[in-house]
Amino acid sequence: MSHSSIEIAPPATLRRTMSLNGIGVLLALIVVMALLPFVASPYVLLLMLPFVGYGIALLGFNLLFGTTGLLSFGHALFLGVGAYTAAVFTSKLSILSFEIILVVSALLSGLIALLIGALCVRYTKIFFGMLTLAFGMLFHSFLYKFYAVTGGDQGMRVLRPLLLGMEWRGGKTAFLTGPFYYYTLVLFAGMGLAMWRITQSPFGLHLRAIRENAGKAAYVGVEIFRMRLSAFVISAIYGGIGGVILAVTTGLADPELAYWTHSGNLVFMAVLGGSGTFAGPAIGALAFVMLQDFVMAITQYWRFVMGGILVLLVVFMPRGLAGTVELLLSRRGREA
Amino acid sequence: MQPQPVTANVPLFETINVSKAFGGFKALSDISFSVRADEFVSIVGPNGAGKTTLVNVVTGLLRPTSGEVRFLGRDISGVGPVELARLGMSRAFQLVNIFPALTVRETLAVAIASRLRRASNPFRSLKRDGVLQADAERVADVLGLRSKLDKVASTLSQGEKKLLDIASAFALNPAVILLDEPTSGVSTADKHVIMEVLVEAARAAGIRAIVQVEHDMDLVERYSHRIVALQGGSLLADMAPRAFFADPAMIAAVVGTRAKL
Repeated sequence: MSHSSIEIAPPATLRRTMSLNGIGVLLALIVVMALLPFVASPYVLLLMLPFVGYGIALLGFNLLFGTTGLLSFGHALFLGVGAYTAAVFTSKLSILSFEIILVVSALLSGLIALLIGALCVRYTKIFFGMLTLAFGMLFHSFLYKFYAVTGGDQGMRVLRPLLLGMEWRGGKTAFLTGPFYYYTLVLFAGMGLAMWRITQSPFGLHLRAIRENAGKAAYVGVEIFRMRLSAFVISAIYGGIGGVILAVTTGLADPELAYWTHSGNLVFMAVLGGSGTFAGPAIGALAFVMLQDFVMAITQYWRFVMGGILVLLVVFMPRGLAGTVELLLSRRGREA
Repeated sequence: MQPQPVTANVPLFETINVSKAFGGFKALSDISFSVRADEFVSIVGPNGAGKTTLVNVVTGLLRPTSGEVRFLGRDISGVGPVELARLGMSRAFQLVNIFPALTVRETLAVAIASRLRRASNPFRSLKRDGVLQADAERVADVLGLRSKLDKVASTLSQGEKKLLDIASAFALNPAVILLDEPTSGVSTADKHVIMEVLVEAARAAGIRAIVQVEHDMDLVERYSHRIVALQGGSLLADMAPRAFFADPAMIAAVVGTRAKL
């Protein structure tokens, strides 16, 4: 039997080698960062730490947003959970082990995500976004109002943790730009690799199928609720760990970390970098951190400028930085 | 999970006095019919006769207001699509229903991963899963999509998308497959290609029965073993195609005149 009647012209092929949609870009970025202490000033290195924190959080955020198609407006909640775990452990419980803090904040974030996700992931689109926003605001109010526990608007101090059970001497900057810098960089690489495996697994494929067409996915046996909830929990764990790094960097767990505008920043970073690629959101985090630093240095109206940039971005570069570069590369590849 | 073997005389699935009402509107009243192994059954009827509602009830998307749907001897009313896929009944839709950004290989892998229960471990490799990949290639072969394995679904032609939709239903290794107008929105030339591929593929894949909703009477006459005709939500006829097409009253009730659609 002939199938000729349903043949079509082959579409232009994308060159795989040119794809930014791999783990390679992220690892290359991490290698460059590992070499940075030899050339860059402590100021730049201190700027890289929030990037690592946001980068890890964004890897998780994008599993939910880019891979599963769920846009959360309350994801800063989990950064808050991580930050306050670090604060409570170091300044209230005097448990300084960074490893214990990481494990506990991952568990706590995952547990909280399991509870609120069980409700949120039953909804999609704006309803999911609103519910996550609501939970984020609840948590922010809790941090803000329970002064005795959380320090309210003052926040809580985060003391210097022990890395691998060791106490590190030297000033704050030396600690942050030395051992802490490398520690978090290794963590970033490890969590990047883990996330890469997740996106390349049958589990990750089911998440993409849900994003593409949840109705059909159910008919080919995809357990929509379970998969969405798993993605929510994993993304929360990444958020919690990112939050710990942010809090240790600033030495403070602040309720603003869990405020909804901070969730908005996470969305901004994902869109800026390009949620359609693996490394895009992390690149977005880097661009955001540097852009914010640059704009804040020149004007007090930095939010206004950042808003304007977001508008231009959505209109002219809807695929974000990584997506746009990939598009340009694939065009050149096709012409060649 | 493999479906239980059944003897030829026990129906693979049946509806027993199924009715479905939406508010005051009775979409289906008292429908009883059954499908046995090795049957190709067409459900026909004019627009609004309740064909799609019937398929939705049979596939557990809608719970019947009264009556029972039995599949392999078990009541499956309202079990939902995931459980249905697990039990061995799969469905392709009237409108092209694909995962636009996934490749053909990935689309098939979605279904195979659910059948093989591969999705619960997030760290398992998809690429290096030989069993899963080989199975995706087998299903693609059966439906003539082998050369398209690495094409993104949205770049396929309309006919290929339809085949892909059906292929992903096949990938579940179902006992029964339900097709809601498998050739709608496809050119007349492609319709026969799709039906040929489909019937051949069903045989090769060991699918034991096909139920389709179809408007094209040529296709119905050529491929069905039995015709279930609906009118106004009631069962009008359940008979062999020869008897059906020999009765002008039947044809008039279902399509008005015997015009090609």
